[in-house]
Amino acid sequence: MVAAGFAPEGDVTAEIIRLADVSKIYGSGDATVHAVDHVSLSVKEGDFLAVMGPSGSGKSTLMHILGCLDIPTSGEYLFAGEDVSRMDERELASIRNRRIGFVFQQFHLLSSMSAWRNVELPLLYRAAKDRRQMAMNALAQVGLTDRITHRPNELSGGQQQRVAIARALVTDPTMILADEPTGNLDSKASREVLDILTGLNKSGHTIVLITHDPNVAGVAERVVEMADGRLRDRVAA
Amino acid sequence: MNLLRTFDTGMRGLLGHRLRSILTTLGILFGVAAVICTVGIGTASADSVNSRIAALGTNLLTVSPGSTTSFGVRGGSGSANTLTMEDVAGLADKQDAPDVAAVAPVVSGTATLVSTSTNWSTTVNGSSPGWLVTNARSLAAGVFFTQQQVNQHAQVVVLGTTTAQDLGVTVGSQVTISGAPFDVVGILTATGSTGFTNNDDLAVVPITTAQDQITGGSPDSVQRILLSATSSATIGSAYLEADQLLLQTHHITNTATADFNITSASTLASTAASVTTTLTILLASVAAISLLVGGIGVMNIMLVSVTERTQEIGLRKALGATPRDLLRQFLIEAATLSFIGGVLGVGAGLLAGFLVPRLAGIAVTITATPVIISVCVAAGVGLIFGVYPAARAARLAPIAALRAE
Ligand SMILES: Nc1ncnc2c1ncn2[C@@H]1O[C@H](COP(=O)(O)OP(=O)(O)O)[C@@H](O)[C@H]1O
Ligand SMILES: [Mg+2]
Repeated sequence: MVAAGFAPEGDVTAEIIRLADVSKIYGSGDATVHAVDHVSLSVKEGDFLAVMGPSGSGKSTLMHILGCLDIPTSGEYLFAGEDVSRMDERELASIRNRRIGFVFQQFHLLSSMSAWRNVELPLLYRAAKDRRQMAMNALAQVGLTDRITHRPNELSGGQQQRVAIARALVTDPTMILADEPTGNLDSKASREVLDILTGLNKSGHTIVLITHDPNVAGVAERVVEMADGRLRDRVAA
Repeated sequence: MNLLRTFDTGMRGLLGHRLRSILTTLGILFGVAAVICTVGIGTASADSVNSRIAALGTNLLTVSPGSTTSFGVRGGSGSANTLTMEDVAGLADKQDAPDVAAVAPVVSGTATLVSTSTNWSTTVNGSSPGWLVTNARSLAAGVFFTQQQVNQHAQVVVLGTTTAQDLGVTVGSQVTISGAPFDVVGILTATGSTGFTNNDDLAVVPITTAQDQITGGSPDSVQRILLSATSSATIGSAYLEADQLLLQTHHITNTATADFNITSASTLASTAASVTTTLTILLASVAAISLLVGGIGVMNIMLVSVTERTQEIGLRKALGATPRDLLRQFLIEAATLSFIGGVLGVGAGLLAGFLVPRLAGIAVTITATPVIISVCVAAGVGLIFGVYPAARAARLAPIAALRAE
């Protein structure tokens, strides 16, 4: 389903993200910030896209819009062909739960829970049997089989981010959004995280990786650059 | 998310934040227990005062002498001996005082009673058969002396149970009072003590005999006159009748200079009732304050954790929780804490109600109302402050909640 006046290009069903003239404006008057400024973007299923740009250029804001965590001020956003602005809270929650996995720079693990309980979290909001087994499998995929009962504060930064990745992939989402996933990690841990993301892309997941670091962006097939809220394409190195 | 899973999530939330859960529970527990215990103490003391007042007889009026004026100086109340047997006769007149059921003149003094085995000093009242009715007393054994025995100055005595026991006498025994022999004709039923007065330690003899041998004084003057109204409803009219009659016989026109006072047990009762009401209100305020303090404690704990909870809510929303899922989770968490705190609070309150009388000797009467009210208030506070911040956070955009500081 495509909104009127929007000509489909090629294989519509394979297009997972379609942003048309999307803006996000914070504040008003003198304090107005165009965090995302008339951005149009198309991402196809199976893509590995990196969004690169300096700090404050609007990358995170863009990711929040892509992940249905925030609503744009203007413009149109189609997720898998459906208009997100027409969805209610429940439908958005369902999309976040079933179609999207998030990886944040600050990990955002619940400190009172063990690794596998953290990974299990998204499964609580959908019909899922064998939640423990699914969480174990996801942790195995990120190489943390021996850390399942550890609390976040008993894990290194790299391990915590891998738990977060396991939590993002446990629902087998169409798309994984990673906002500076290596921002708080040393180079070895960063490498591991990027390897896992590359592996996930190989197994068919669409990945949008946000970073300020050209070396990190280099693992993606396609890189777009952001500056002052505006987006422009760049050929991958 | 189904209910069982929500419940499971809620329980894990509570266990994951053990300190917060325990503090909240304690806040509710102490609030509830304090209310139950303090209101219980208030209720018990009100009950005991009321039953003591009831034992006094609320139909009773006491006429006592007023003050005298000599050389322009007014003496204190009771300084005159202005009541006479003539007054007694007048008050007993059904025509002039139809609402007065019984009249008893009283003179009293302290004397030593001697039995074959021991001796005992106590209050000896001289009165008439009306004493029994006006004091709302009854006999455990024997009979009360008759008007005829009063007229004959008979050497007979009715004893309180304590006095009889201490003297080791029963009906038919003889005791010596102030050197004269008396036959014990009756023993009064025990009533217990009113404040500092033991109502079971006394002797009653005919007023004529008392004036002759114990208290002395003119055979015509009496120290007090006891009246009982026909019912507690007529006590007001009995009072007015007695007042009118005595003013007339004493030739007093200005009521301010009356040489007698009439007091009623019901004025005492209403005074005591207002005192106990005040006491209960005081204790209830203390209880309400402890409930409030407990509530503020709960509120603080909940509000301090709002940021942390808001971030948790943001994360859960990002992972697919709907506002309804979140509301349910926090409702279950808060309800569980409130329930546990309430139940433990009632338990602690009941335990205190059991221990305080035994350890501190203070009576506690536990009634349903404070239990219900305190549990509702405490649980309400727990629920509102547990759910309200969560409900607000659940309505935020996920990213706003996730980035809360
Ligand atoms: N909630 C907000 N309120 C106001 N301004 C914001 C808010 N979030 C981000 N911004 C502003 O939007 C711009 C883009 O921020 P962000 O998307 O975080 O950039 P990046 O992730 O590229 O560092 C910045 O100038 C930032 O100050
Ligand atoms: Mg950012």
